[in-house]
Amino acid sequence: MSVAPALTASLRAVGLIGPGLPDWPTAAGVLAGGEYAAQPTVIPALECLPGAERRRTGTVVRLALNAGLEAVSRGAADAAALPAVFTSSGGDGLNCHEICETLASAERYISPTRFHNSVHNAAAGYWGIATGATAAANALCAHDASFGAGLIEALTQVQVEATAVLLIAYDASYPDPMRSVRPIPDAFAVALLLAPEVRAGALARLTVSVTDAPAARMDDAPLETLRASVPAARSLPLLRQLALATAGRIVIDYLGDQRLSVEVA
Amino acid sequence: MRPLALTAYTATSCIGRGLAATHETLAAQRSGLAPCAFETVTLDTSVGEVPGLDSAALPAELGEFECRNNRLALLGLRQDGFADAVRECLGRHGRTRVGVWLGTSTSGILETEIAYRKRGPGGELPATFRYRGAHNTFSLAAFVRQVLGVAGPAAVISSACSSSAKVFASARRAIEAQLVDAAVVGGVDSLCLTTLYGFNSLQLVSRTPCRPFDAARDGISIGEAAAFALLERVPGSCDAGTALLLGTGESSDAHHMSTPHPQGRGARAAMLAALADAGLGPTDIDYINFHGTGTPGNDAAEARAVAATLGARVPGSSTKGATGHTLGAAGALEAVICTLALRHSLMPAGVNTTQVDPALEVHYLRENRPAPLRRVLSNSFGFGGSNCSLIFGRAG
Repeated sequence: MSVAPALTASLRAVGLIGPGLPDWPTAAGVLAGGEYAAQPTVIPALECLPGAERRRTGTVVRLALNAGLEAVSRGAADAAALPAVFTSSGGDGLNCHEICETLASAERYISPTRFHNSVHNAAAGYWGIATGATAAANALCAHDASFGAGLIEALTQVQVEATAVLLIAYDASYPDPMRSVRPIPDAFAVALLLAPEVRAGALARLTVSVTDAPAARMDDAPLETLRASVPAARSLPLLRQLALATAGRIVIDYLGDQRLSVEVA
Repeated sequence: MRPLALTAYTATSCIGRGLAATHETLAAQRSGLAPCAFETVTLDTSVGEVPGLDSAALPAELGEFECRNNRLALLGLRQDGFADAVRECLGRHGRTRVGVWLGTSTSGILETEIAYRKRGPGGELPATFRYRGAHNTFSLAAFVRQVLGVAGPAAVISSACSSSAKVFASARRAIEAQLVDAAVVGGVDSLCLTTLYGFNSLQLVSRTPCRPFDAARDGISIGEAAAFALLERVPGSCDAGTALLLGTGESSDAHHMSTPHPQGRGARAAMLAALADAGLGPTDIDYINFHGTGTPGNDAAEARAVAATLGARVPGSSTKGATGHTLGAAGALEAVICTLALRHSLMPAGVNTTQVDPALEVHYLRENRPAPLRRVLSNSFGFGGSNCSLIFGRAG
């Protein structure tokens, strides 16, 4: 049963980085029925940050920013003018691990860079520095529901503020020992450029409401493993619908007791 | 935006459990900061510690959420009848029509820090380690949902020191979009080693209780707090004096990860956005609760931004001299302090500050000032250049 009313936006562009999925066109080909060859996620360097900032960023920030840049580029948008919503279950797990190791040692000296990279909005901060975006940037977490929470935040901004919004959902592996308690196998990021009005070249209109219907799964076993093990990849059934370029309604995971119904038209 | 009513609210910090104690401390111009004796920390600094958390274990049925942050959250929820007010609200709207938007920067990281000291011979974490319930940034919202029985949409916003100001903006959008009819908002941040040693490495921690806007200010004092508010549409018959959220404004510095834009560019944008959202002009603000962390750079940038947007005549203070900087909880704590200022017609002084920096063009209150207040503005600025300003008022 869906609970009205729904949130809606036009989807202008997608960016994606995942295991064996270097960009959205490759991912769309796989999701539309192509062969999926799982390979470790390759995260490109960031050219858009000044040298000092670039050296300070970890792979998780590069993951998020690259996905966002792809969506902005494909949507021919001006990143500097866009509000952004970042959402991630664990943020920079390696940085967190390094801090906890240091604090467990006798020295306890955390480097300034490590500390400022520890904030959950590190990717949002570097995004502003890289693109000059001075609009609102959010940084959300909802554990396994992080993609859904980010989608809701982005859609309410589109609807209430009547503005285009860039949503970036990303997650990456922890190193051991955190990996053993939160086994995220590899890095995955997806960016959606959402806008209130339909423009030529828009991919689809999304209409989202809360539902208690069960979430869709992926037919392909490795893709289903990816969906089920990486919070940002809970978006995969929606992305498959987009890749197929057909109208329809799909259900994606959200909070434990709720899912999101997404009407793709 | 359409104003929203704060139909219930509460705050717990080192200056008191609940509204009455918090107001009493502010009215007495006392500080809750004390020399740091927290955990195994050996830094020479003052902190705003909430007493009693070490012995306040969660009830067994909430054991999966056990951590200092959630202990503090529960202590906060139990003050001022807040949990009862939420229960009544769920009765009015239905459990799924009420959402939860909470801010935290620390979550239960203290438990992870301690667990790393207790790793086994193979580096493994102790079997009692709880990732979802304690470590993950969402654990606060999952915990509060469970305690209150709220079943609507939920998220944690974790944007450093603006976290629990930004929740007001996200929640009001969700209400405006009719995704929910009401929202539990707030913030909880708790003392831990990461923030104490981290801010120390940035040389931003004062050895003395922090002195925002003082000529000799030399850094922050870290505190901890739990503050909550229940946001609902303003009812047709609204009690005079009901606290109202009138406007929210958010921006990004796009400048540096840990220092604000020197001219306060992002801070200006956030304040202007909040004024525009509320349909107000600069002369409509009667009191400013500054972000006012007490570091030389932050206070200077904020003073410039305030002078440029509201003018230098509006009286203001930072209450962090009393509470310490409660980081991810600061936005919500200071939102509640703003509602107390409105309710008691009292602008709270910035305690500890003895000589206001003459280089700062700012009307800084070093003594409490009674005055009828109509509208007040609260600033929250965080690492990553994340800014949020909130405007509160009262129903007439």
